[in-house]
Amino acid sequence: MMENNMAQATMGAKLDALPNKPGGGPAASGGIKLSSRDVRVFYGDNEALHGVSMDVMANEVVAFIGPSGCGKSTFLRCFNRMNDTVAGARVTGQITLDGRDIHDHAIDVVQLRAQVGMVFQKPNPFPKPIYENVAYGPRLHGLTSSKSELDQIVESSLRRAGLWEEVKDRLDAPGTGLSGGQQQRLCIARAIAVSPDVILMDEPCSALDPIATAKIEELIHELKENYTIIIVTHNMQQAARVSDRTAFFHLGDLIELGTTSQIFTTPKQQRTEDYVTGRYG
Amino acid sequence: MRRRQVREKLFHWSGIAAVVIALTLVGIFFGTILKTGLPAFWQSTFVMDVHFDPEVVQIGPKPEPMPGESPAAYQQRFNQWQLDLGFVDFGQIIHKSIVKQLPEAAEHPDETLALVTSGELFALRDRVVADPGIIGQTVRLKLLADANVDVWLKGNIDRDLPDTQQQLSPLVRAWADQLQASGVIQNKFSTAIFMNPDSRSSLASAGLAGAFMGSLFMMIIVILLAMPIGVAAAIYLEEFAPKNRLTDLIEVNINNLAAVPSIVFGLLGAVVFIMWFNLPMSSSLVGGLVLTLMTLPTVIIATRAALKAVPPSIREAALGVGASKMQAITHHVLPLARPGILTAMIIGVAQALGETGPLLLIGMSAFVASIPATPFDQSTALPVQIYLWESNELRNFFEGRGSAAIIVLLGMMLALNAVAIWLRKRFETRW
Ligand SMILES: Nc1ncnc2c1ncn2[C@@H]1O[C@H](COP(=O)(O)OP(=O)(O)O)[C@@H](O)[C@H]1O
Ligand SMILES: [Mg+2]
Repeated sequence: MMENNMAQATMGAKLDALPNKPGGGPAASGGIKLSSRDVRVFYGDNEALHGVSMDVMANEVVAFIGPSGCGKSTFLRCFNRMNDTVAGARVTGQITLDGRDIHDHAIDVVQLRAQVGMVFQKPNPFPKPIYENVAYGPRLHGLTSSKSELDQIVESSLRRAGLWEEVKDRLDAPGTGLSGGQQQRLCIARAIAVSPDVILMDEPCSALDPIATAKIEELIHELKENYTIIIVTHNMQQAARVSDRTAFFHLGDLIELGTTSQIFTTPKQQRTEDYVTGRYG
Repeated sequence: MRRRQVREKLFHWSGIAAVVIALTLVGIFFGTILKTGLPAFWQSTFVMDVHFDPEVVQIGPKPEPMPGESPAAYQQRFNQWQLDLGFVDFGQIIHKSIVKQLPEAAEHPDETLALVTSGELFALRDRVVADPGIIGQTVRLKLLADANVDVWLKGNIDRDLPDTQQQLSPLVRAWADQLQASGVIQNKFSTAIFMNPDSRSSLASAGLAGAFMGSLFMMIIVILLAMPIGVAAAIYLEEFAPKNRLTDLIEVNINNLAAVPSIVFGLLGAVVFIMWFNLPMSSSLVGGLVLTLMTLPTVIIATRAALKAVPPSIREAALGVGASKMQAITHHVLPLARPGILTAMIIGVAQALGETGPLLLIGMSAFVASIPATPFDQSTALPVQIYLWESNELRNFFEGRGSAAIIVLLGMMLALNAVAIWLRKRFETRW
């Protein structure tokens, strides 16, 4: 059922336009960045995700939608193995990043998380200065050898996250003192600072006001140039605005995956149609 | 509606009443302790000229190391010299000095010596050892009066009691009054209580230096052991331990241990540390170990609470940028939990510092007449010293001294708390 929905939908045009990433990893081979095959997640004995297979192309934005509790976050967290940190959680199936199995023993989960960054539902800056928030990742991974290099990374990350102009005069101020929207952009800057290929966003705007939300959405448009983005959202309009393709989940199954316009205008599955037209969810 | 308002008022006022009662009790507590304790820091003291009469102090020159002499041989000569000094009758020197102030005391050397506490005889000898040149000179000295003289002069005994119930003979009492009137005996601030160990023969110069050092050693041992062990255990249980029967059991037991009467830990310490490991009895090392055991559950529980209070989103954030679990904890969770951990530590140490029960069982209630130099030496602890003094038969004198010791103990606690508050402030403002 899922296989036939699986998207040939990614457009060639996008693949041609692979930009050179600053300090990024290897460019996606053949366009497939992430791919999952029959991924199941168990919390204890309870299976929360029932075998999901899908591919994500390089430099596209994929939105995960679906009613609350359907396993969107659970699936998203498989891509950077955040479920490893949840006691009692177990993941089966295969996930590859640039063709390499991320569960392979040779893969360092620390390296993986540098390559697949994450932005959480609630802005969670460290209670440290803005500068330290962004510099933490590069320091951790030993990406820089000098203070000026680190300064540069901090500045460019904050610029990319559209926060530089607002905070450049108070880099010593605590990150927790910023407004909600600024905090979330700081978290995005923090994720960008370790030059990932992929950014996972789990309902990044659900705690923000409409103006802050609009800023983040705008930012996602810009980030698309350089990063592959998967965004979980409960806001249908948002999915429609920011994503190239949309995946609809229901009760732990991937019901339908297609271009965003197709999902919202001509869904193939009845349940998808019911959901996007607001009949439940 | 009206009834609800009445109830609210009632609640409000009963709250205020509770606070007032509590504050009053605390005030009474501090008031009485300060009232009885503070005067004990001032003691009846002879201030007079003392002549180191060469007739009395008949002793050869202090031996100096000779060229070609082995250290052992020199030590032997020195010991012999000190031994000789031990036969010198320093009581005679004191007697003569007092006679100068009080001629009628000439015929009664024994009564005269009852005026001065016996520890001062050794103090005079120590002066000669330190500087033999003092022989033949006259020096103005401060000598502590006997404890009973102090009690008499401070009015801590009823002056109208019949002679049979008085501690001092009528003659000595009269002299004491006379010497006080002539300004020879003055009420002076005395450092004896801080500088000296406990004493049974020279009560007026009994001090709590031994107990203080014992408590200090134990405090250091508790901080050095309970802090790392407790914090490590809490981190393991809170962050790493798998959830299973075994860890559940451990958790329940730790919670139970916190409620175990402290004296039981003393029994445990006596068996394990003294009988099995043969550590020295009555030593502050064993005391510190026992108190560490007693403090650990408190530290573990409070540290876990502090760790739990750090929002999980911070951990996720650190893990999300590629920190290992250990890095997430050391870089982010621990610094945020540090104020809480410090509080836990202070609660634990303060509890340990005031503990008497378990120390009794490992022999730390013994009378120790020397200041411990290492944790292996015999010693007592401040609360034990308070207990010993408050139960001394010369109540009139030791009631005040006990309260003085309480003041020192409270001062130690306050200092500890001040350090903790200072550290907290430091860590909280340091982003
Ligand atoms: N840590 C966890 N332990 C146990 N069950 C969980 C945990 N996280 C999520 N679940 C369960 O997995 C299912 C999917 O949750 P989630 O992925 O958070 O849904 P969504 O993000 O789509 O709202 C839910 O039924 C939820 O109860
Ligand atoms: Mg979710």
